[in-house]
Amino acid sequence: MRSVYFDPEEIMETVKMVQMENLDIRTITMGISLRDCAHPELAQSARRAYEKICRLAEKLVSVGDALEREYGIPIINRRISVTPIALVAESSAGDDYVLMAQALDRAAATVGVNFIGGFSALVEKGFTHGDRILIDSLPEALAVTERVCASINVASTRAGINMTAVGRMGEIILACAKATADRDGLACAKLVVFCNAVEDNPFMAGAFHGIGEPECVINVGVSGPGAVLSAVRRAPQADLGELAAIIKRSAFKITRMGELIGRRASERLGVPFGIVDLSLAPTPAKGDSVAQILEAMGLERVGTHGSTAALAMLNDAVKKGGAMASSHVGGLSGAFIPVSEDLGMIEAAQAGTLTLDKLEAMTCVCSVGLDMIAVPGDTPATTLAAIIADEAAIGMINRKTTAVRLIPAPGKTVGDFVEFGGLLGRAPVMAVHRQSSQDFVRRGGRIPAPIQALNN
Amino acid sequence: MSDKSNRIIVTVVGHDRTGIIAETARVLADAGVNIVDISQTLLGEFFVMILLADVTHASVGLDALKMQLHAKAQQLGLKIDAQHEDVFKFMHRV
Repeated sequence: MRSVYFDPEEIMETVKMVQMENLDIRTITMGISLRDCAHPELAQSARRAYEKICRLAEKLVSVGDALEREYGIPIINRRISVTPIALVAESSAGDDYVLMAQALDRAAATVGVNFIGGFSALVEKGFTHGDRILIDSLPEALAVTERVCASINVASTRAGINMTAVGRMGEIILACAKATADRDGLACAKLVVFCNAVEDNPFMAGAFHGIGEPECVINVGVSGPGAVLSAVRRAPQADLGELAAIIKRSAFKITRMGELIGRRASERLGVPFGIVDLSLAPTPAKGDSVAQILEAMGLERVGTHGSTAALAMLNDAVKKGGAMASSHVGGLSGAFIPVSEDLGMIEAAQAGTLTLDKLEAMTCVCSVGLDMIAVPGDTPATTLAAIIADEAAIGMINRKTTAVRLIPAPGKTVGDFVEFGGLLGRAPVMAVHRQSSQDFVRRGGRIPAPIQALNN
Repeated sequence: MSDKSNRIIVTVVGHDRTGIIAETARVLADAGVNIVDISQTLLGEFFVMILLADVTHASVGLDALKMQLHAKAQQLGLKIDAQHEDVFKFMHRV
């Protein structure tokens, strides 16, 4: 077929990736600045935020639907990220920001997006008045809203780790679980604690619209563990160098779809195109699992010895393939290993092969961190804080983003399950060390920023 | 790379039989879709037909057309799918 310059093999490959291998665009996320929505009265500020979101995102869902129909590529989520609310609400009087969270929730419902991110504060070096109020508001804000996602940045490579904030987040996570005890601690699934948070991440729950971002922007998150899994399975005899090349090619093709949809969405919405986040984001659907890719690479079960090496290679190959495919790569960009959202991870955790300690090691070589992990409901706040501190230390030293999304499942213990349904999935409660970290966490203060030389 | 393509690629996969081209072309013609190019090949044991078609003057949207093609595919015992040309351009050409 000379007039189109495609081989039948190429065409069939594309058709197969979409139809059989769960290739999809995970999210089109519109970033919206709310910096002009501050007002001395919180109710007024919330009203401004609501109106601005509804105005700018009015067509987000319909454009997403139209692109999905025209290009035949499923687009799973349409989402919104906003300026960290601590920055917006800080000018308002009042001692909690729940009203603002409710306005965001209503705006999300009005425009038809399933999540809105940005109930956030950046406190890696210390708290402002507004940061404190926002953090204190988290349990109620996340319990009374459905679609609002929150994130708190507690550390960075340049600032070090704010251990006072880390300690506080341990308490807040417990309070969030308690506030939603009737729903397995659902509020915790909407709260991420970051080190080196990125400003253009389109993925929830950690998305927010950073202060260096334009007024409004379109960011796209691609997916495609299923397509990579099929490619790896087709090459059982390939050595690891060859396998890396196969993964790279697959990642390239997946990312190109993100680039295509992002460009078109940007044109139609009249909003600049920000970035493609080339993460491999699993879902609980069969065959859409990062864990299963690692197993297809030759591990009997993810979590066993070799898992970190396999993940490191996968993550790097995805980046190399994806970077070539898009003019602007950003966000988190790597392989995600959320336990509750990945069938292979769930099975490995249930079998006891995958432990919290091994997961922590694996997060050293991939994005993003200890994600969607259920721990016993009686885990002390200081232990949660210590887990956050460990993860933040990995991010800080390795100059990468790490995140922690823990669910201390109310009333549950090791062996039980938490059930959130949908994309959030289900997770087995995993064991934590019972020895106390209390005295370490209670010291508070800041862990100084690391030296940026003498790298060994 | 042209950014304003109005072309789709229709793929037909299955066991060869009489009338595949005629039946598929009929669905497209009824929808006002102009066939630009056709190729046929064997991929393994399967018969694969690929049509390049222009939807500029189509009377229905791509989603409606896909539904009509799927209905025809069921009737013929084949798999028929249609996707925008840009999807293939982006995936296979830089």
